[in-house]
Amino acid sequence: MIIGAPPAPEDRDRGGPGTPLLDVRGLTKHFGGKGGLFGKAKSGVVRAVDGIDFSVAKGETLGIVGESGCGKSTTARLVMQIIRPDAGDILFDGEAVGSQALSLGDFRRQAQMVFQDSYASLNPRLTVEETVAFGPRVQGAKPAAALAKAHDLLHRVGLEPRRFAGRYPHEISGGQRQRVNIARALSLDPRLLILDEAVSALDKSVEAQVLNLLLDLKRDFGLTYMFITHDLNVVRFMSDRIMVMYLGKVAEFGPSEPIFEKPGHPYTAALLSSMPSMDPDHRTQEAPLTGDPPNPIDPPSGCRFHPRCKMVSTLCSQAEPRLSTMGEDHLAACHLADPQSGHPRLAAA
Amino acid sequence: MSMTAEPIVEAVGLTVDFASAKGPIRAVSGVDLSLKPGETLALLGESGSGKSVSLRALMRLHPSSAKIGGSVRVDGRDVLAMSARELSAYRGKIVSMIFQDPGLAFDPVYRIGDQIAEAVMRHERVSRAEARKRALELFERVRIPSPERRLDNYPHEMSGGMRQRAMIALALACRPKVLLADEPTTALDATVQIQVLLLLRELQREFGLAIVFVTHDVGVAVEIADRIAVMYAGRIVESGPCADVIRNAAHPYTRGLLSSRSHGALGKDERLKAIPGSPPDLAAPPPGCAFGPRCESFAEVCGSAMPDNVVVSSSHIARCVRLAIRNSSQPGG
Ligand SMILES: Nc1ncnc2c1ncn2[C@@H]1O[C@H](COP(=O)(O)OP(=O)(O)OP(=O)(O)O)[C@@H](O)[C@H]1O
Ligand SMILES: Nc1ncnc2c1ncn2[C@@H]1O[C@H](COP(=O)(O)OP(=O)(O)OP(=O)(O)O)[C@@H](O)[C@H]1O
Ligand SMILES: [Mg+2]
Ligand SMILES: [Mg+2]
Repeated sequence: MIIGAPPAPEDRDRGGPGTPLLDVRGLTKHFGGKGGLFGKAKSGVVRAVDGIDFSVAKGETLGIVGESGCGKSTTARLVMQIIRPDAGDILFDGEAVGSQALSLGDFRRQAQMVFQDSYASLNPRLTVEETVAFGPRVQGAKPAAALAKAHDLLHRVGLEPRRFAGRYPHEISGGQRQRVNIARALSLDPRLLILDEAVSALDKSVEAQVLNLLLDLKRDFGLTYMFITHDLNVVRFMSDRIMVMYLGKVAEFGPSEPIFEKPGHPYTAALLSSMPSMDPDHRTQEAPLTGDPPNPIDPPSGCRFHPRCKMVSTLCSQAEPRLSTMGEDHLAACHLADPQSGHPRLAAA
Repeated sequence: MSMTAEPIVEAVGLTVDFASAKGPIRAVSGVDLSLKPGETLALLGESGSGKSVSLRALMRLHPSSAKIGGSVRVDGRDVLAMSARELSAYRGKIVSMIFQDPGLAFDPVYRIGDQIAEAVMRHERVSRAEARKRALELFERVRIPSPERRLDNYPHEMSGGMRQRAMIALALACRPKVLLADEPTTALDATVQIQVLLLLRELQREFGLAIVFVTHDVGVAVEIADRIAVMYAGRIVESGPCADVIRNAAHPYTRGLLSSRSHGALGKDERLKAIPGSPPDLAAPPPGCAFGPRCESFAEVCGSAMPDNVVVSSSHIARCVRLAIRNSSQPGG
């Protein structure tokens, strides 16, 4: 075992294997409006996350995809307790975060996040090795041990400590910074790791190296991941289950293969068909999804996707679809997935 | 664009050195770039190979402690000889850049719309109202939802992908002739990404915009690029027409990169294929080919000198000695 000696998973596993590591119910966060940061009540409320439920099992990787601005990073920041939800419950291994059983400090030791903006999340005055050794130092590790661990992690993410340990964030490339962030998050031996666009600036070979590392850690230490990315190939490869979000809501949820093979929500289908062509002789000529991108301040009535949906009917603008079962553990929030909805296309089929 | 058009960007032998405790780090060591109006070059390559440093050198954005060498001509002018005043007229107006890190483009304490309007007014004699109108138009074109309201956002109020689109809008605000785009679509979902790529293709057709587009996504390169160049350890190791490089990659690094994972669907529970070894120390590069120590077809000759460019086919070149040997043993090939 190269990375220090994280406590054996059993020691920390309070709820037992059947309890999800993370259980989220009715999570809601609205920005702006009354009491907004700059007192701009006129600007209206952005419904960034609007009542979502999901859970992540121990040792599972949950992929999160969705349109830019649909609330993925906000969901992650809510789970990490960086911002306060307006409503909803977050249970970590069966305990409410911030309760007597699980203090905020205890939780923070077990959950880590790699932020989307790699530059802004590094302290410009700390060198690469200081950054990675910082957390363990604060938690009481001996300086030499913290440093040795930092060097080991840097090596594992493909940054030779001999060359990179003493550099400052502005002296390294974008992909190198991303890897420093990943090493830092791993330095505290978290049980839950949230990765928000954490490999997007890596070339495919280094990306493969980092993804292999994440898979090894998951296998060896039972790590649990929430993996947010726009790279659909990567999310398919990494995830056990996938949550597709659209405008603050869950559009589709299920095991990754069925979602890719047979998407249940028209937004998911549009997303998958928007992947770039790999054939220089047949470039994409027309965007598969057009229409105005949605406005989270004044979301469309009924189904939030209806103004851009190819399958739209009047029902869709009137009633919000519920999450309906498409297959085992596979849910889609579309009237077409609900045989009882009365969508006209169902009768035609 | 006609084949005879003069290049708008022409860099020859570009080098960038940073000072470090262990001696100078040569981040870019002899890059040649030539770009015609309306042409798009996709720059692929290893993390840390010098893509961002090269783009910043074309804008002269490095601190004075960094030494830039070689020559850079853009729109007929010598960029390395420009005075501070000439530079501020040049940046944003002739050439503009979409940064890899959106945090670097916007000031956190001002509203995004004001920052874009400000940029327009710095280069053009237009009223504030007109500049705001331009900003709004651009927000619409880059498909930012509820554009009018979003102009009033502070950077932290936008999602990562919205900030990235706002940065594209800022870069296009003064209708530059050359766009240096450093991974401009990594924070965008596939549906928005393809719309932005189509927009850039449209601007190219309409205004002859020339683009250098850094990406790690081969699919994106295929959608946008006329030509592809691949960087490794501060050098361009292969370049050529998009289809040639994708289908007949000649340099072992390019081949390794393209096969690192089947850029399509990935098999479950497989380990991903990565190129073994690690990139060279730029402060003490190996003699000979920089990729040599990691190359599966390494031969003794590779360790003696940095290989020159070898012609693979008309405008497709690669820096690999083995290609030269192959060429010389196939007369006429
Ligand atoms: N601090 C904030 N103040 C106001 N609005 C915010 C704030 N943070 C996020 N928002 C808004 O909340 C919505 C969701 O943002 P979020 O960052 O969660 O999106 P995302 O899904 O991560 O998108 P991306 O893929 O572009 O990163 C957006 O409309 C965004 O503008
Ligand atoms: N100010 C600096 N001082 C010392 N070295 C630097 C400095 N800036 C960049 N470098 C080094 O120069 C090399 C090239 O960096 P650059 O940012 O151009 O890489 P890149 O090709 O854009 O990589 P990525 O794909 O990860 O963004 C890197 O190895 C980096 O560590
Ligand atoms: Mg985000
Ligand atoms: Mg870069």
